Amino acid sequence: MNADGNLVEVKNLRKFFPVHSHFFSRAKIFVQAVVRINLFIRRGETLGLVGESGCGKSTLGRLILRLEEPTEGQILFENEDILQYDAERLRQLRRQMQIIFQDPYSSLNPRKTVGSIIGEPLIIHHIGTKKEREERVLKLMEVVGLRPEHINRYPHEFSGGQRQRIGIARALALNPKLIIADEPVSALDVSIQAQVLNLLEDLQKEFHLTYLFIAHDLSVVEHISDRVAVMHLGRLAELALSEDLYRSPKHPYTQALLSANPVPDPTLERKRILLQGEVPSPINPPSGCNFHTRCPFKFEPCPGEVPQFKEIEPNHWVACYLYGPNQ
Amino acid sequence: MGGQNNFLLKIQNLHTYFFMDEGVAKAVDGVDLELEEGGTLGLVGESGCGKTVTALSIMRLIPDPPGKIVQGQISFNGTNLLTLSEAAMRKIRGRSISMIFQEPMTSLNPVFQIGDQISEVLQLHEGMSRKEAWNRSIEMLKMVGIPAPERRVMEYPHQLSGGMRQRAMIAMALACSPMLMIADEPTTALDVTIQAQILELINHLQKEKGMSVILITHNLGVIAETARRVAVMYAGRIVEYTDVRSIFGGPKHPYTQGLLKSIPRLDEHHARKERLEAIPGLVPSLLDLPPGCKFSNRCKYVFDRCVEEPPLIEAAPGHLVRCRLYERK
Repeated sequence: MNADGNLVEVKNLRKFFPVHSHFFSRAKIFVQAVVRINLFIRRGETLGLVGESGCGKSTLGRLILRLEEPTEGQILFENEDILQYDAERLRQLRRQMQIIFQDPYSSLNPRKTVGSIIGEPLIIHHIGTKKEREERVLKLMEVVGLRPEHINRYPHEFSGGQRQRIGIARALALNPKLIIADEPVSALDVSIQAQVLNLLEDLQKEFHLTYLFIAHDLSVVEHISDRVAVMHLGRLAELALSEDLYRSPKHPYTQALLSANPVPDPTLERKRILLQGEVPSPINPPSGCNFHTRCPFKFEPCPGEVPQFKEIEPNHWVACYLYGPNQ
Repeated sequence: MGGQNNFLLKIQNLHTYFFMDEGVAKAVDGVDLELEEGGTLGLVGESGCGKTVTALSIMRLIPDPPGKIVQGQISFNGTNLLTLSEAAMRKIRGRSISMIFQEPMTSLNPVFQIGDQISEVLQLHEGMSRKEAWNRSIEMLKMVGIPAPERRVMEYPHQLSGGMRQRAMIAMALACSPMLMIADEPTTALDVTIQAQILELINHLQKEKGMSVILITHNLGVIAETARRVAVMYAGRIVEYTDVRSIFGGPKHPYTQGLLKSIPRLDEHHARKERLEAIPGLVPSLLDLPPGCKFSNRCKYVFDRCVEEPPLIEAAPGHLVRCRLYERK
């Protein structure tokens, strides 16, 4: 196992959620949340995952943590298939991977003190004595910029940004290798977003963390990520180095997303690509390329077979017939 | 006649306070704003700055208790809205001034069909018959870009996606061709591609109908793309007020400058991974505001004069800033 290799690898991952249409119906309908995803996360990097609501990005994050069980596929963490792990090994694995949630209001137990919330992972994994745990909690609070004297306060006594810091401290408690940040700054005001993003970057350097950064705000993702993956209705549309994705997006969906993103510059003459119509449903996705119903460049092969996700330039992957037929 | 009389809306010295057990929250504390006919005013600020309360004050939708408009004048098309009876105000809401909100589900009644909700506005304000109003509703849905409007008009809000609900709400707001539309975070809850469609729609309808718009948002990108004049609010006050190009090209108030520096940018002028310059500290609670300039405890340019609350100073023609850095000695 190489030290600089892949921390996580996802192979042919699929997750379908069953939906029952009628009480008496036998026919099962499925929400195709994640469809054949192949992805890897390099040790030490920040991989951004963008897409609109319902594209499956949160589900993918949760699958990697095994908070959801996949319908099919493999998830490798440090080259071991974690889907084979029994409960005990999984529990140990959970020390290595943690999550920060979007909503700083619902992700903290309102009846526990901050100290208790941050210290809970340590208790669950039987780490340290009571005194050692308290010391660690105080250190973590300091690291994320919370005042140690607030250790006995309750979540409602903190602002949104501070609660997010509590969530981050909790995620760091076990010294994980991987942190999945699921929309960690979307619910925060602009000036607080900047504080929390800077904090996440500092922590990454200090603790050698690997991040999967899930968000819908393209500017935020571009800023913090090394590579970015774009998801559409459960599939990967494009994957590239951050600057390549933004400088030369290849997939028409990526181009539309970028052009729709409002830019704080009134002097810019924008030629916006406006997508026609609504986002298709993941219960009944379009055939072939699942973007073809809204794609301004749709042509003959698109509604047929699903386009292959292939590397068309070094480190730049796309699933689109504009870049050649399937091999 | 030119000059001041061209303003459709003129807010003068507005003070809206909330009287609570813990104290008085001065949500809007001395706001002056103007909107010319056909113009778009952007009201920008973070949570708690007073932008929504300003909009609700215009609509006279401030819950009383605990809120109260304690001072000021809101002149709309020549009439002071604050002196009108509730009955008279009801005639204005939905007809001359409309509002759309951030969460379409909270303003659409879940137990009524979309057609009924749009029709209600038309029957109430334009005196249309049920049939006339229903047909007009279908036209409105078409105008806001909802496909198969004759079918959708019979649907309930939960059957529509977020973007469509927002369009339905816009249809309701526009049904009586209001002179002024107030849009409070109209696209924040929507995906970016749908957001672009909705903003494009508002822009288009505005041009077509000559409507004036107040757009309230914390998203500076949205402001840059839609507003002509911009007012930045902080702790219930306007801290900067000028045209959109000056706000982005030459912001004067340290808070505005701080906001602009803290946004990650998707353009080539900003090197990626350049650390964001965050404004330190937090927005103060309205129940516990610092003395003097309300931004002073977070401002990197704070100096001795800041202990006295600054007035709005004309730092450049048409560019007002609430900051003593721009005081002439």
